[in-house]
Order: sequence, then C-alpha cells, then structure tokens
Amino acid sequence: MNFPLENSGMLPVLVAGFFFGYFLEVSGLGSPRKLTAQFALRDWSVFKVMFTAIVVAAACLWLFDVFGWLRFDALKVQTPFYWAMAIGGALLGAGMAIGGYCPGTSVVGLFTGRLDALIFMLGMLIGTTLFAANFVELQGLYLGAQGPKGQTLPALTGLPIWLILLLLAALAAAGFHVGAWYESRRGGVISSKELSV
Amino acid sequence: MNDRQPQNFWPPLAAGIGLGLALMGMFLFTGHGLGANGFFTRLAVWLAEVANPAWTTADAYFKSYLGKGHPLNGWISWEIIGVALGALAGSLTARRFQWKIERGPRIGINTRLALALGGGVLTGFGAPLARGCTSGLGLSGGATLAVAAFVFLIAFFAAGLLLSALTRKLWQ
Repeated sequence: MNFPLENSGMLPVLVAGFFFGYFLEVSGLGSPRKLTAQFALRDWSVFKVMFTAIVVAAACLWLFDVFGWLRFDALKVQTPFYWAMAIGGALLGAGMAIGGYCPGTSVVGLFTGRLDALIFMLGMLIGTTLFAANFVELQGLYLGAQGPKGQTLPALTGLPIWLILLLLAALAAAGFHVGAWYESRRGGVISSKELSV
Repeated sequence: MNDRQPQNFWPPLAAGIGLGLALMGMFLFTGHGLGANGFFTRLAVWLAEVANPAWTTADAYFKSYLGKGHPLNGWISWEIIGVALGALAGSLTARRFQWKIERGPRIGINTRLALALGGGVLTGFGAPLARGCTSGLGLSGGATLAVAAFVFLIAFFAAGLLLSALTRKLWQ
C-alpha cells in the first residue's frame, strides 16, 4: 500500500464529503442552537465530536505510517502563522457565537432546512471580499510570527508521537467528563425534539 | 412508536469516530484533509469576477485564485456537494429535516437574520486570514498534529467562550 493516493478526483472527494456532512448532521452540529450551546457550556457535543474525530484520525494515520503504508511527509501539514491564525480563529469563534455557524456547519444547516444558514453564507461572501479588498494593508498580520514550515506537536515539543496521541486522548476523555458535569447543571444536551418545536 | 417524531442525535462518541474515519479516508485518498471555507473563497472570487472583473484581476488576494475558472472545477466544490447530500440523507432518514429560521426563544426573525449576517462577515474575514476554518485548519490540521491547528482551536474556543457571556441569551 502506498498512501496517500494523491487522487483529489470527484468520486473520493464526494464520498468523503458525504460522510463528513452525514456525521455532522447525525451529531446535531447543523443546529446553531446546539453549536452555540458549547460556548455556554450547556452542551459539549462540538468538543466531543471534534476531539474524538481528531484523535481517531491522528491515531489511524500514525498506525498507517508505522506499518509503512503511508508517506506521512506527503500529507498537507499547515505552517503556523501565530498572529493570523490566533486572530482568525478568534474571529471564527466570535462568528459562531454571534451567527451560529462556521463555514462547514453552515452547509449542514442549510441542507437540514435552516434558512438562516443562507444569510450566514451571504455574510461570509461579504467578509471574504472585505478581506481581499484590505489584503495589502493586512500583510504584516497575515505573514507575521511565522513558525517552522509544516511544524507538528511532536516537532515542537520533542515528545514521541504516541505520547502526544495519548495526551490528546486524555484531553478528549477529560472533556467528556467535565462536559457531562456541566451538562447536568446547565439544562442538558439539546435534543432533536427540543429543536423541532 | 410515533413515526412523525424526529429521531434523536447520535451519541457524540459514535459520531466522532465516524467523522474521524471519514477524515482519515480523505487523507489516504487525497493527501489533504476535509475543508469548507475554500469553497466560499472560490465562490466569492467567482462572484467578484462576474460583478467587477477589473477590480478582481487587480486585487492582491483574489488574483491568485483567478484562472481556476468556475468553482465546480475544484475538488472543494465536489466535497461541499457531498456534505450537502450527507446532511440531507442524515436529516431526511431521521425525520429531522425541517424548514425554519433557527433562533433562540427570546429573539425575533429579523434580529436572528441580522446576527447571522454579522457572524458570517466575521467568519468570512477570519477564515482567509487564518488560512483555513474549523474543518480545514482545526479538524484536518489536528489530525496531522499541526501546531497551526491548535493555535487556531485555542483561539476559536477562547473567543467563543468569552463572547458567550454576551450572546448566550440570544440562543438559550
């Protein structure tokens, strides 16, 4: 086996996208009330689903690498730009707290019948055009505080990958426990029945 | 059993494992992860080119996207079509699909739509700045243990938590 196949053709991408949308929908992450309940600490589904997915995918990719089935260095690993990514991340956190979605979940929202997602998408198109119109002025922020190319947590910390994976799994498990504690005190997980009224 | 009741959501652990396997599959086939914002960037470029080709060609950010043609030529657009079909399949089979403008019990439709627009503007500005969104940078970068992903995720959750002191009453 020689992964990745580096085939971004229509069919594999369509199938992976289908399951991406399906699993976001079945976990309720197309609902802006459920998504924002994470920030109110009432419903921890966003953290739980996201961190489970990160740990599962990272552990599987690591195993494929260990078995020699995957060229890990052929995978796309983003280079950190600390300022741009911290401020951009904060803007997406604010965008979700105010608007109820992020880019991917807005697609799930629209295709589960939520028309507010369409207005959120319109806002995104305006925001991206504003970014483009001010791109020259934003150069300092966009390029500032660049880290090493394709830097990973094992490279940053010097710890072995398996230990990083264990620590991430422990963080996910802690999130499940802390989340359950908050959920039982702040009104509980939002059910599909509550959303359908 | 009442057939008209929507089925409840999956437990987060099960859905998270499914999502992780879908993400792994994407990496094995393509070498990159799942994204979302790239689609909206390409859509914005395409619309700008239709509305004002001279401005778009001169724009320092958009011009790097020119020549890629119609948004349907990129893999990200096919992925988003898949996301849409997956969301439809999940919600229709579980009777969760419902036309609505989802909002908290205390705000009206106009307030909700204004907030959706405003939140969308912040998101549309922030994602190209961060060079990715919650899926493309946070989730997919996280799977490769990229430092960039965790910088993004920490800022995302911190800002959301802080702002929630003001916005939670809009939703709950």
